[in-house]
Amino acid sequence: MKFGTEIVLLSLFAFAALVAAGFGVDEPFRRHMWVLFFAVAGFTAILLRNTEFKPTVPIDPAAYMDGPIRYGAIATVFWGVVGMLVGVVIALQLAYPDLNIQPWFNFGRLRPLHTSGVVFAFGGNALICTSLYVVQRTCRARLFGGDLGWFVFWGYQLFIVMAATGYLLGITESREYAEPEWYVDLWLTIVWVAYLILFLGTILKRKEPHIYVANWFYLAFIVTIAMLHVINNLSMPVSFLGSKSYSAFSGVQDALTQWWYGHNAVGFFLTAGFLGMMYYFVPKQANRPVYSYRLSIIHFWALIFLYIWAGPHHLHYTALPDWAQTLGMVFSIMLWMPSWGGMINGLMTLSGAWDKLRTDPIIRMMVMAIAFYGMSTFEGPMMSIKAVNSLSHYTDWTIGHVHSGALGWVGMISFGAIYFMVPKLWNRDRLYSLRLVNWHFWLATLGIVVYAAVMWVSGVMQGLMWREYNEQGFLVYSFAETVAAMHPYYIMRAIGGAMYLSGALIMAWNIAMTILGYRREEDPMPRSIPALQPVRSGARKWA
Amino acid sequence: MGLMDRHAVIEKNATLLLLGSLLVVTIGGIVEITPLFYLDNTIEKVEGMRPYSPLELAGRNIYAREGCYLCHSQMIRPFRDEVERYGHYSLAAESMYDHPFQWGSKRTGPDLARVGDRYSNAWHVQHLTEPRSVVPESIMPGYAFLKDTRIEVKDFSTHLIANSRVGVPYSDDMIAHANADLMAQADANADTSGLERRYPKAKLGDFDGDPQQVTEMDALVAYLQMLGTLVDFKTYDEAAGYR
Repeated sequence: MKFGTEIVLLSLFAFAALVAAGFGVDEPFRRHMWVLFFAVAGFTAILLRNTEFKPTVPIDPAAYMDGPIRYGAIATVFWGVVGMLVGVVIALQLAYPDLNIQPWFNFGRLRPLHTSGVVFAFGGNALICTSLYVVQRTCRARLFGGDLGWFVFWGYQLFIVMAATGYLLGITESREYAEPEWYVDLWLTIVWVAYLILFLGTILKRKEPHIYVANWFYLAFIVTIAMLHVINNLSMPVSFLGSKSYSAFSGVQDALTQWWYGHNAVGFFLTAGFLGMMYYFVPKQANRPVYSYRLSIIHFWALIFLYIWAGPHHLHYTALPDWAQTLGMVFSIMLWMPSWGGMINGLMTLSGAWDKLRTDPIIRMMVMAIAFYGMSTFEGPMMSIKAVNSLSHYTDWTIGHVHSGALGWVGMISFGAIYFMVPKLWNRDRLYSLRLVNWHFWLATLGIVVYAAVMWVSGVMQGLMWREYNEQGFLVYSFAETVAAMHPYYIMRAIGGAMYLSGALIMAWNIAMTILGYRREEDPMPRSIPALQPVRSGARKWA
Repeated sequence: MGLMDRHAVIEKNATLLLLGSLLVVTIGGIVEITPLFYLDNTIEKVEGMRPYSPLELAGRNIYAREGCYLCHSQMIRPFRDEVERYGHYSLAAESMYDHPFQWGSKRTGPDLARVGDRYSNAWHVQHLTEPRSVVPESIMPGYAFLKDTRIEVKDFSTHLIANSRVGVPYSDDMIAHANADLMAQADANADTSGLERRYPKAKLGDFDGDPQQVTEMDALVAYLQMLGTLVDFKTYDEAAGYR
């Protein structure tokens, strides 16, 4: 019977959720378990409807397993649009506070939904599906472990659904970018270990002697995230049938553990993993080899060694001991070099193919991603300098910095990879429309520029207003006045975000039409057909 | 380039690559985080710190649940403008019982580390219910529903026990009286002598203007009103606290 074991296990899982919904000790937990029950029971029902009793067709062990990757590509686009939409909503809430709908749709509950939505749902799906795509093709091996790939995909979607609904219900550990409560954390741990086994297992059965550089980055990302996730989320549940837990550490130690996690969620989830993406998809799309093998070795080890030290720069001038702050600052500045090593290696891969920048909007997207990577990895070390940080910390400048990295680097490189993968995964000879990719590129680029520029101005202004003294030695502005001064910038920021979102919607349309098999009849991109050279008579050797 | 040749060994061995990466990424955390648990001068000695009373703890949980930390920091940096605006810079000891910490990373709204005793209970209730009725420039969401949400107390001692398991010094006496203390702190007519002995400086009385029931508004305001009030900076000696 097809899905036999799965159906039995899932039914038991659904039943356990039902029991927990009945006996939970707090109201949010009971509601959350109802969500879990309906999610798992619904999934079981879908499997039941699709089961059949015919003998199963044997799988070709030499063929790549692309099912979870196809689903992953769709999930990436879907969660990307959802996460960015929530981002625009909360940006508007800051400009127009009446848009808060208490209690479920207040800013405080939606903001983790936005950050987790874009980082873990969009970024996470992009990383999982591209890593599985890349590891099979660079190892010339089918995914390890039979249906483990499906478990990782669906298990991760369940994590996203439980995390997202939990935030709206008010279930949170209040640790930034690690908000899910203890039981969702445990589930993610299981899924993540399965992902590590899947990825490492595939590398171990490779037919290529060398492990390709993209896989180093993916592997370092997977194993480091496992370490960070487990240690940062150590906590003591109040009850095993309740949603609340108290973190294992307190105060200073808790703060540094959290930002050791938090900065390396950036360093490994949003950087190392996406560098892996860059190292496969940029050379493929440009049809050029990686610029420097030696540089990739040096910047790989330097990057993963240095990143982990940078966490304390989130805690400058706090009650964290001074030595730890200084250490964090020094390592953050050093981090500039391996970051730019990656940027140079990515950009220089285009040497000999720079002309494609004029004709291929996907290459343009990837190059813009690497450029933003370079920009934000310069800005980051600068902001980690204590004197700069004393102004920038607690302001919108930080928000702007995060978004030039997230929208510019993470978003653009993922879009590029999706545009590259989707026609191949569904056996289409090209995308539905290359001109729509160009629209996406410009909307996204302009959106980021508006967003980042506005946040620079508002952040610096905010920081300066807080510390402004008059001639008599009194503070000039009340806090409320500084809030009011932000209003026009918050509107402009929402516009920048909305531009970026509309680009993502165009992508969703383009990808959907490509998957459905449509081809838009359109003129090729300008200049993509070589201009006819004026030819002197008598020189027509090719006639 | 001999080193590069030797690197080829790692490139052909997934286990070495995995262990090598894991080793490299553990070093920074070990050097930076573990000493904080052992060095005596990480947390200075101050008088007055005590674990949260049950009502304050319930309020703190609401503060975390609603994501207040996303817009309000609780960490005053040692700068002239911050000290004048918010009060004495924050000490490490002041968050020693905070599981988790609530230092925050963004000030869309002002710092709250010392907001206790700055405004009346009625001001807080009005501000949380309809923020722009007291601060016209505010962009804070409203939290009127807190006033209508009765505190669910089945067995609040489990919260104190969970905290004591991670190192907060709740005594058996505190744990035994958890439910009663929670209700008594928000009840203007209750006998609070035991509560005041267990939790010195706890703010007492009906916080939300509704004496009939203990609501989430009571708990949140009780928490806000005690923030930053435990250490008496009139008697705090900076040099003596330095270890």
